Amino acid sequence: MDADTAPPPATVDLRGEFESSGVKELLDELDRDMIGLRPVKQRIRETAALLLVERARRSLGLSHETPTLHMSFTGNPGTGKTTVALKMAGLLKRLGYVRKGHLVSVTRDDLVGQYIGHTAPKTREVLKRAMGGVLFIDEAYYLYRPDNERDYGQEAIEILLQVMENNRDDLVVILAGYADRMDRFFGSNPGFRSRIAHHIDFPDYTDEELQRIARHMMAEQNYRLSEAADAALADYIRLRRTQPHFANARSIRNAFDRARLRQANRLFDGADGPLDAQTLSLIEESDIRASRVFRGGLDIAPAGQAGEGAQP
Amino acid sequence: MRITQGCFSFLPDLTDEQIAAQVDYCLSRDWAIGLEYTDDPHPRNTYWNMWGNPMFDLRDAKGVMMELEACRKAHPQTYIRINAFDSTRGFETVTMSFIVNRPDEEPTFVMRRTEADGRAIRYTHDVIR
Repeated sequence: MDADTAPPPATVDLRGEFESSGVKELLDELDRDMIGLRPVKQRIRETAALLLVERARRSLGLSHETPTLHMSFTGNPGTGKTTVALKMAGLLKRLGYVRKGHLVSVTRDDLVGQYIGHTAPKTREVLKRAMGGVLFIDEAYYLYRPDNERDYGQEAIEILLQVMENNRDDLVVILAGYADRMDRFFGSNPGFRSRIAHHIDFPDYTDEELQRIARHMMAEQNYRLSEAADAALADYIRLRRTQPHFANARSIRNAFDRARLRQANRLFDGADGPLDAQTLSLIEESDIRASRVFRGGLDIAPAGQAGEGAQP
Repeated sequence: MRITQGCFSFLPDLTDEQIAAQVDYCLSRDWAIGLEYTDDPHPRNTYWNMWGNPMFDLRDAKGVMMELEACRKAHPQTYIRINAFDSTRGFETVTMSFIVNRPDEEPTFVMRRTEADGRAIRYTHDVIR
C-alpha cells in the first residue's frame, strides 16, 4: 500500500550506495585476500556493478524482475572456486539479492539418492537448507550420467531446474567444475545453460602466484621460510606442476602441511635445548627438499596419496 | 466453533507473510521447526501426524513455507500447526506452537455430564462434526 502512495526517489547516488552497502569493502577484501585470478575479479566487479545498477533502477521503479543470478564457475581444482563462491554469497547478501547469504556446498552424493523415490526428498532437503542463500554444486557434471539412462541424477536435475526457475528470489545456484566437462554437461542439458547468466572461468595460477599464495598461507599461520627454503619452494612448484594430480593452491597447501610435519619431526629429533619462537616458526630448505616431488614425484607414491584433487 | 490452541489462536488467522516472519524469528533463535496435521482437534489429542521430519538446519523461512505449501496441498481440510523445538536443555522441547491451517468448517464440542457414585458428576467433551 505504502509503495503506491510514496513517490519513488528522483535520483540515486551510485557511489554512495557502493560504499554504504559494504560492496566496496567486500571487493577490496577480495582483491587483498585472493592472489592472481585477475579475470575472475574483473567479472565479479562487473557483476557487482550490474547488480548495483539493477538495484538502483528498482528503487526508481524502472524494473521489477529479479535478474537471473545463477552462475557457473569453471576451472581446474584448487583455483579458488569455493572461496570465491563464499565471497559471492556475501556480495549478494549485501546487495539484497539473497536474504541470508549463507553458502551450502554440495556434490552429487548430497542430491542424488540410492534407490527409486530417494532422490526427490534428498534434493528438496538440500534446497530447503539453501533457501535464502547460495547453493554451490561442486563437480556438477556428475549429476548427469549419459551412459546410464536410468540414473537418478536426471531427477535431481529436473527438480533443480524447476527451483532455479520458480524460486529465483529465494536462492542462487552456482555450478562448479572442470571447464571441458562442464561444457559437455551444459551441451547435454540445455535447460541449465539458458538459466545461467554468468559464466566465470578460473585460470590456473602462475608459478609466481603460487609462490605468493604459499607465503601468504605461511604468514597466516606464523611460519616463515628461510631464503634457501624459498628457492626450494620455487623449484617445488615448477616440478609439481608437471606431475599428475596437480591441484593449484590446494597442492601448495598440502605441501605446506607436509613441510610442517617434517619441520616438527626435525625439531623433535634434533632438539636438546629450549627452542625459541624463531626456530619454531622457521621452515628450512631440508623440510621442502625432502618431498617426493624432487624424487620423481607421485608416480612412486602409495595409492592413498592420489586423492589430492578431492575437496577437503 | 473456532479452535483456540497454541500461540496467536485468538487473533485472526496469520497470513503467509506473518507465518514466514514468525518462522524467521524461530530460526533466529536456533529452534528446529516441525509441521504437524490432524483432523481431530480435541485438546486431549496431543498426537498429531508429522508432516515429514522436523527441520533442523534451515536458515530461511522459505524452506518451511515450501513444506507448508505441500502439506496444505495434500491435506487441505485439516488443522496444520507449526512447532518450534528448543534444544538448549539437551532434548528437543516444544517451545512455540501455532495453527497455520484450518478446515473451512470447523467441528464443535459438546460437554456430556455423567452421574457417578454419590452425587459426583464426570464431564467429558466430544468433538461433533
